[in-house]
Amino acid sequence: MSALLEVENLRVEIAARARRLVAIDDVSFSIPEGEVLGVVGESGAGKSVTGTAILGLLERPAYQAGGRIVFRGNRIDNLDGEAMRALRGREIAAVFQDPLTSLDPLMTIGAQLVETMLTHLPIDRQEAWTRAHRLLAEVGIPAPRERLQSYPHELSGGMRQRVVLALAFCCEPKLIIADEPTTALDVSIQAQVLDLLKRMCRERGTAVMLVTHDMGVIAEAADRVAVMYAGRLVEIGPTSEILRAAAHPYTQGLMASIPTMRRRGGDLLQIPGSMPRPDAPVPGCAFHPRCSHVMDRCRSERPSSFVSGASLAACWLAEHGAPAARPRP
Amino acid sequence: MGFLISRLGQTILVLFVAAFVSFALFRYVGDPVNNMVGQAASLADREAMRQALGLDDPTLLQFGRFVGQAVQGDFGISYRFGQPVAQLLAERFPATLELSIVAMIIATGLGIPLGVWTALHRGSWIAQALLTLSLIGVALPTFLIGIVLILVFSVWLGWLPSFGRGEVVSIGGWTTGLLTWTGIKALILPSITLGVFQLTLIMRLARAEMLEIMRSDFIRFAKARGLRRRTIEYGHALRNTLVPVVTIVGLQFGNVFAFSIIVETVFQWPGLGLLIIQAIQFADVPLLAAYLVLIAFCFAVINLAVDVLYAWIDPRVRAAGMGRSAA
Repeated sequence: MSALLEVENLRVEIAARARRLVAIDDVSFSIPEGEVLGVVGESGAGKSVTGTAILGLLERPAYQAGGRIVFRGNRIDNLDGEAMRALRGREIAAVFQDPLTSLDPLMTIGAQLVETMLTHLPIDRQEAWTRAHRLLAEVGIPAPRERLQSYPHELSGGMRQRVVLALAFCCEPKLIIADEPTTALDVSIQAQVLDLLKRMCRERGTAVMLVTHDMGVIAEAADRVAVMYAGRLVEIGPTSEILRAAAHPYTQGLMASIPTMRRRGGDLLQIPGSMPRPDAPVPGCAFHPRCSHVMDRCRSERPSSFVSGASLAACWLAEHGAPAARPRP
Repeated sequence: MGFLISRLGQTILVLFVAAFVSFALFRYVGDPVNNMVGQAASLADREAMRQALGLDDPTLLQFGRFVGQAVQGDFGISYRFGQPVAQLLAERFPATLELSIVAMIIATGLGIPLGVWTALHRGSWIAQALLTLSLIGVALPTFLIGIVLILVFSVWLGWLPSFGRGEVVSIGGWTTGLLTWTGIKALILPSITLGVFQLTLIMRLARAEMLEIMRSDFIRFAKARGLRRRTIEYGHALRNTLVPVVTIVGLQFGNVFAFSIIVETVFQWPGLGLLIIQAIQFADVPLLAAYLVLIAFCFAVINLAVDVLYAWIDPRVRAAGMGRSAA
């Protein structure tokens, strides 16, 4: 199966006063059609920036400084504004974190759906309203015909995120960049919205780049996982393998910090220290100051990605295919 | 509908308070009997006058009478002009209203587009130049702008008159200068003078709001939906920008109307401002009291209009039934 999206050696820099800060450093991954790729990491690791770069929505002072983004065999990172706009919403759609602020407060949700469809699809207004109605019903909004005339403030947060999903799916895109789609919702609503996203993607064969910091969401929804740390991709592989036997010490730390029923009552494990900021980059492996397996070469040489089982891990421990140290008990 | 009724109720309350203040002014600033009978009158004469005028009645009764007469348009006789106050105000009112409306049309008609344009073209040198110019507009005192305009366009170029209203046409008691060429020419300089400060204020506000909105999440999401730039900028961002701008335009309209005094003095514009300057100089209390009520009435009407406009633009206000009040 050929890749729907290929990101090759992506580099994003931020032009600061005197120098350029590196926000995304040499990140490569691909998403086959219909796959859900979870992207995890701490806040500031570069997950959202990667998604924004794919959408072509980087804004000054951030800009793409290198690498290529290829969508369905065509390079898209060098498209002109108009060509990229026509692709956005049509082929690559987005769902953002906060449903309360994602919708125009002065426009009915029906009008926003119709507006999006009329921008991209060769259909007339009446057809667009019919589809809008059908979509609202599909995302599980009660009384969809009446709700078409509702304004965003008249809907709850969960309902609004369903509307946002309807907007993302309204032109049948091939890929959805979902940036923390459930983070801002009540816990009870999170699972519903995630299930809805999964179901709609499965039915349509839509691929998703699911950006989250919630390993629970990853375990629930992702086929594969990419772990980002300090603007770099540190590990990528099938969800089951990452959850079971992560190769990178950082990923192991992430897994160990998930509270589980078995460890209930005990202290939560945490990774000591904090992630380096872009304005204070660390030589060698960016994780080495926090790593319990740190070796001399980690301090000076940056590891490339090595195959470890079905995964790729950017860690010297994985250089010879040897399994990394097991997570601390 | 309930929204409108609650707003109307508030408006009437505001007018009532304003009426009471002007009544108190009329009743307690100086002794009206003194003003009317002169120095030679005997104490008995004064007492008779007092009784005849009903000034011995309880305050509340007097206030009731004041309101009753005011509602019928009777504010008494001006000390200075010896004419009914209502008639004096009615003669001057159209001049000031026309001046204020034209000034605000200039200010909003240029201020909003310029503000939006400078926001969308942030960083271009034209936008920078416009912003610098607008700072000057904010900083320059109104009378100076008026005098400079007179110097350039009346004295040096001789294109436009430096004072007065030109020829006016009377339509059913309403005198308008908008229907004659000299009337329109006479209106240009004063309305620009009155509008410049408002223009810069509205422009800077519209720019700030537009920049704020363009950074908001729903604009980012609109971009992610692949909407066209024009749709995003004018369909979504501009409408959201207008919500706070409408409030300021409304409030400023009230201000322009109430404080056109300086411009009317500079241009000898025969409006309320000029009348009130004279009234203040002669302590013409009935005229001042009526003016106060009239201004309060105008503010109340404008506020009501702003609230209705607000509800029309913003569905959240409509739903809540109560908006952010403009005052």
